[in-house]
Amino acid sequence: MMSLAREGSQGGRELHVLAVDDSSVDLAVIARLLRSSKHRVTTVDSGKRALELLDLEPNVNMIITDYWMPEMTGYDLLKKIKESSTLKEIPVVIMSSENVPNRISRCLEEGAEDFLLKPVRPSDVSRVCSRVM
Amino acid sequence: MEVACLQRRFIDLTATIFQQEILDSQFTQLQQLQDESSPNFIHEVVSLFFQEAEKLLNELSKALDQQIVDFKKVDAHVHRLKGSSASIGARRVKDVCIAFRSCCEENNKDGCIQHLQQVNQEYYLVKSNLEDLLKLEKQILASGGSIPTMK
Repeated sequence: MMSLAREGSQGGRELHVLAVDDSSVDLAVIARLLRSSKHRVTTVDSGKRALELLDLEPNVNMIITDYWMPEMTGYDLLKKIKESSTLKEIPVVIMSSENVPNRISRCLEEGAEDFLLKPVRPSDVSRVCSRVM
Repeated sequence: MEVACLQRRFIDLTATIFQQEILDSQFTQLQQLQDESSPNFIHEVVSLFFQEAEKLLNELSKALDQQIVDFKKVDAHVHRLKGSSASIGARRVKDVCIAFRSCCEENNKDGCIQHLQQVNQEYYLVKSNLEDLLKLEKQILASGGSIPTMK
């Protein structure tokens, strides 16, 4: 089931984005980048918590996740989402501080919407959000 | 203290910080994200960085104090520290972390200990500079002045 983005006050679409990162610094930065583009952001610090939240609230338009997290990597999270009948339509963007071509192609092959290198820039965020909207 | 004097100090401190690459353009990008809708963003993200970094430095110290060092664990902590210092623009901390990771890969305990000392030094340098900068900002605003914008 597709979740619809809400109409923002300026006529632009407002996305509900779930941001996943074990670094509180990076989570604050990505949340600020998204909120300054008027999107609604929910932040969690692990893949496990992301799945718990998605269980309760599937009304998420995009997931943006760090790759390298303890216990469950962004890749593992991506796989679980794509394997779920309720969640597989949600676009997943992976972020990483390391430019590893194998890693990037694996994620894209698994169905990631995009792969961003950290530190993420405002232009990266606009690009992925406008594709999703 | 007079506003003009505070602003002068702010400009000088900022120039020094950037010249010495204690902070880099990533920090400037973050400053640009702070606005009326998010007036405490820099303060918030800097505080989170301090918390995260100090926790990681503590963990690193403990890990390197062990008889048998778990280099994978040490590397994981350094990777985290490298990530958050890059995100905030703490360039010199990030650079030491990159070298630190090489020592981890080589299972070089002495090298790791040396790099831990270095990263501690760089961290406390960026911390005191950031604290001074944010304090000056606060004083300028409290005196009714505006923060000089740097190119």
